[in-house]
Amino acid sequence: MPLELLESTSSDPSKREGLWTLNFGPQHPATHTTLRLILQLDGETVIDAEPDIGFLHSGFEKLGESLDFNQYVTIVDRMNYISPMANEIAWHHSVEALLDIELTPRCKYIRTIFAELMRIHDHLLCLGTCVLDLGGATAFMYAFNEREYIYEICERASGQRFHTSYTRVGGLLYDVTDDWVAMVRKFVKNFPKAYDDFSGLVMKNRIFIERTRDVGVLSHEDAIAGGATGPVARASGVARDLRVDEPYLAYDDFEFDICCSQAGDCYARFQVRMMEMLQSLRIIEQAIENLPSGPIFNEAYGKSGLPDKTDVYGSIEGLIHHFENIMPNRQADGPKDALYAATESPNGELGYYIVSDGSFRAYRARTRPPSLLHFALFPRMIRGCMLSDVVAVLGSINIIAAELDR
Amino acid sequence: MPSIAKEKLSADLPRIQAEWSEFRGQSRIKVAATSLLQVLFYFRDHAGFNQLTDLTCVDHLEMAGATDRFEVVYVLLNIDTGERLLVKTFLNEPDLKLPSATQVWIGADWLEREVYDMYGIEFEGHPNFKRLLLPDEFASFPLRKDYPQQGRGERHNFPVITRAES
Repeated sequence: MPLELLESTSSDPSKREGLWTLNFGPQHPATHTTLRLILQLDGETVIDAEPDIGFLHSGFEKLGESLDFNQYVTIVDRMNYISPMANEIAWHHSVEALLDIELTPRCKYIRTIFAELMRIHDHLLCLGTCVLDLGGATAFMYAFNEREYIYEICERASGQRFHTSYTRVGGLLYDVTDDWVAMVRKFVKNFPKAYDDFSGLVMKNRIFIERTRDVGVLSHEDAIAGGATGPVARASGVARDLRVDEPYLAYDDFEFDICCSQAGDCYARFQVRMMEMLQSLRIIEQAIENLPSGPIFNEAYGKSGLPDKTDVYGSIEGLIHHFENIMPNRQADGPKDALYAATESPNGELGYYIVSDGSFRAYRARTRPPSLLHFALFPRMIRGCMLSDVVAVLGSINIIAAELDR
Repeated sequence: MPSIAKEKLSADLPRIQAEWSEFRGQSRIKVAATSLLQVLFYFRDHAGFNQLTDLTCVDHLEMAGATDRFEVVYVLLNIDTGERLLVKTFLNEPDLKLPSATQVWIGADWLEREVYDMYGIEFEGHPNFKRLLLPDEFASFPLRKDYPQQGRGERHNFPVITRAES
């Protein structure tokens, strides 16, 4: 480690007597991806932590300036790869807000179902792997069994399990089929059983409770001033959920609750995530039973929407329509302005600040990643905890380095 | 709601030159860099904007008709009412300095470091001011428009440490 980094971690030089420094990461099983912590320890008590990030910096925002609104969706997929479709929905939500495009009801419902499936997908990984890090390997298998089925649902709709690139400006890549609807119904039917198994294994497990309760407490004030959002903020008593406060897609049509806790510790964050999965299931159930029929692209915005693939390959009009929308010099004129729009991604508020120069590509595509602000709060959560708690706190805030570094 | 904040601001801080605009229902306010911190403190304490959602920068070098080069944007949020407000300030070379907002919201810490990392805007009064994502030796600011997308060969010129040397 460079010596100057060692020096910089000493917040108070008088306290350095007898302290030792531990390098945690960038390659450590509990970091899941590549991030590094420089821990100042007194025995096994963490006095201070300095996160060192940037190992996965890939220049995504620079790429966003040279790819058009539809092409960049393949890049945002790779930011939070735990819930890829949530990124796509957030990105195109911002683009559609900028271009003022209204979606068709069917498209809204399909996106809502996917957004909620992704929330369950993300929470299952977050909970499952954190329990694994804390020593419980069984629950992880239950969580991943359900995730596998969600991958299959994604594959049926988009042809891809992982990096789906499923949304398009003003619509979707393909319409969903009846057997996709049947698959989602099957998921809605089977998930509560898996949820109970998982919940019984973890949430009442005495070892798990003792490892997470009163550990890594984030105060209500710090959560607000530090920019915490999503489950992390709600576990600290900030009752804010963009699905309710700034309704987008079809969330207005459904009944669901915001899940909150006052404790602000790791256990509260897990509880909030557990409760949110049930609320997501409620939304999916309501949406799949009321899935509207009709087109997935809004006809009024034909200039920005892509035609159906069968039309492109089967008719000259469809081919011309596709050509007009794909060629950079033919695309619709957008506003010469900028807009910030955000959605409630599984991890928190995922927003995009898009500056447009009137063309069909962003002049500046800023991502507001929830992980970045959560990880910046990490030293505040970990101070005074034990070395073994680092893993629990890291797991509970669900840091995804690809989204953190972009 | 924004109109109330607008009238309140001009009544409470009469000497601040602020330019308001709105786009698709989102209010924006443009202030001079010299009065930025005062305005941010005012919005936090008197208009209830208790969260800094995002802080970012835009390089207007290739934007047709732009007069100023760098635009720093603060996305504020009032958690209780859900209202958002974008505070913008413009900077030009060589004076790329702004007061740090870390004393207003603690969340500004890494966001300011990232803006420095990518655009080279310096935030004065930041407690731990250095690059966030890129290595400290990195000499350029990659999100500026005059930085090529392919890079300037930094990756290829990076010192390679062999196992024997380490």
